[in-house]
Amino acid sequence: MSNETQRTITPAPPAAVPPPARGPRHEFATTRPPDAVQRYSTGERLTHWAVALAYVVLFLSGLAMFHPFFYWVAALFGTPTFMRILHPFIGVAFSVLFFAYAARLWRENLLDPADRRWLRNMFAYINGRDEARVEGKYNAGQKAMYWSMIVMVLGLLVTGLLVWRPYIAPAIPLLGRRVAVVIHVIFAFIMFVGIGIHIYAAVWTRGSMRAMTQGWVSRRWARYHHPGWYEKITRKEPVR
Amino acid sequence: MALESLDIRRRSASQTSPPDVRKHTEVAKLIDISRCIGCKACQVACMEWNDVRDDVGVLDGTYNNPIDLTDRSWTVMRFYEEEIADKGLQWLIVKDGCLHCADPGCLKACPAPGAIVQYSNGIVDFKQDNCIGCGYCQTGCPFNIPRYGVTDGKAYKCTLCSDRVAVGLEPACIKTCPTQALSFGTKEDMIDIANARLVDLKERGFDKAAVYDPSGVGGTHVVYVMPHGDPALYRMPREASISPLVGLWRSGFARTLGVLTMVSVVVAGFFHWMKVGPVDPDARPPREEE
Repeated sequence: MSNETQRTITPAPPAAVPPPARGPRHEFATTRPPDAVQRYSTGERLTHWAVALAYVVLFLSGLAMFHPFFYWVAALFGTPTFMRILHPFIGVAFSVLFFAYAARLWRENLLDPADRRWLRNMFAYINGRDEARVEGKYNAGQKAMYWSMIVMVLGLLVTGLLVWRPYIAPAIPLLGRRVAVVIHVIFAFIMFVGIGIHIYAAVWTRGSMRAMTQGWVSRRWARYHHPGWYEKITRKEPVR
Repeated sequence: MALESLDIRRRSASQTSPPDVRKHTEVAKLIDISRCIGCKACQVACMEWNDVRDDVGVLDGTYNNPIDLTDRSWTVMRFYEEEIADKGLQWLIVKDGCLHCADPGCLKACPAPGAIVQYSNGIVDFKQDNCIGCGYCQTGCPFNIPRYGVTDGKAYKCTLCSDRVAVGLEPACIKTCPTQALSFGTKEDMIDIANARLVDLKERGFDKAAVYDPSGVGGTHVVYVMPHGDPALYRMPREASISPLVGLWRSGFARTLGVLTMVSVVVAGFFHWMKVGPVDPDARPPREEE
C-alpha cells in the first residue's frame, strides 16, 4: 500500500457514544416474538443441518452411481472417481452425526398411548382436518420417522462399509458384497421416501421450518401441534 | 467410439445403443487343458505384450506363480492335484483369466458409462480412463476375475489382446503357446476344433471330456476343453451365471422403480399442497378457548 503514507490523517472522530448498558434480558434482533417458545437448541439445529447437508451429498452421489440417467450429477463433484471416493467418507460422517443427534432424542420418541389415536386420525389430518392431540414433543408420525431412520441409517452404514473399496470390500466375500449392494439400494430409496415426507411435512406445517432454522415457535404453533409439550414447558414459566 | 478400430456392441451404464451397424464375426480363444504343459509362456507373453510387470511374489509351495490374478497378471496358470476315479492322481493345469462372457456380469454391474465395453467381436474390455474404482465389476463377475490397481484404484483384466485382434493378429498368449493348447479364431471354428478334440479324447479313454462354454452367461469367448469333464475339478462354476442379486440390483425394473419412487414422492407432495395447502395455526382465526 504505497499511498498509505500519503493519506491525509483525518482528525479522530468525536468520542463514540458509549454503548447502551446491557439489560438483564437479551433481545433478539430478528422477528422472534418476545413470547416465542424455544423448540430446538442451537446445537440441535446445527447438527440437524450438518446431517441434512451430508444427506444431500450422499443422495446426489448415490443417485449418480445407481442410475446412468443421473450420471451427469457426478460433474458436481469434479470427477466421477472423486465422487466415488467421497461418498463413503461422507457416509461415515453422516452416520456419526446422525447417531450423535438421534441419541439425544430417543426418550422423547418412545411411543405412548396417545400415538395410537394420532395414527388413527392421521389421514384426516393430512386431508385438512384438525390434528389429534399430541402429548409429547413429537407426534406419532415424527416418532415413526425417527425409528425408521435409525434402522435405515444403520443398514446403509453397515452395507456401505461392506462394499467400501479399497479399505473393506477386498476382505468381504463376493456373496456378502452382492447382498450388501442390494440392501444398500433398497434402504436408500426407503430413506428417500422418508426424507421426502420429512421435508414436505416441515414445509406443510408452517412454522416448523423456522423452528429448525431459528429455533423458536409461536405459542399458538406449540399449543396447536404439541399441546402436551407446550403445557409441560410453560408450567415452569412464571405466571404473568 | 465410432472411430475406434473395433465397434462396440455394449457399453456399461449407457441407456442407448452404441453405433451398431457393423457386425463382426465373433472370436474366441480355445484353451485345451489336455494339451497344456503348464510352461507359463502365455503368462510371459501377456506381460510382455501388455507391458505389465507384477511384483516378485512369494512361493506358496505350489507351481502357482503368481499365486493369484492381479492388476498386472491378467492370466495365471493354476495347478491342481486331483485324485480321479480309475485315472489316479491327475495334475490339472488351468489357464485362468477373463472368459469374455457374451452376457458380462461386470458390464451389467458397472455404474460408469463406457468403463466396460463389449466389442462386436465379443471381446469384453475395461477402459480404465472411465473407471471410477467402485469394485462393482468384481461383484458382477461370476468368475472372480477383475483385480484393482493398488495405486490407481482402476480395474484390470485380460483384454483378449483387443488391440492385436483389431489389426488381425492373434492374442499374445496364443502366439507363444508351444503345444497348441491355445487356439484363436472365430467362435464357430473354435467350437468345431473343441468338438473334434473331444472325439480324440474319448477314444483315448477320457469318456467324460467336455467343452466348457457356459450358457448361463450366454456362452463365453474363451472356451475350455476339459478332459475330465466336471468343471468343479478345474475350480470353475458348474452353472456359471450372473448372481440374481446383481441381476435384480442392475435391472431396468429396479432402476425404473427407484426413479418412479422419487418422482411419486415429489408429485404427491405437489398435489397435496394444491389440495390442502399449509397448516398454519398462526394464520387461522383464534378459537373460543384461545
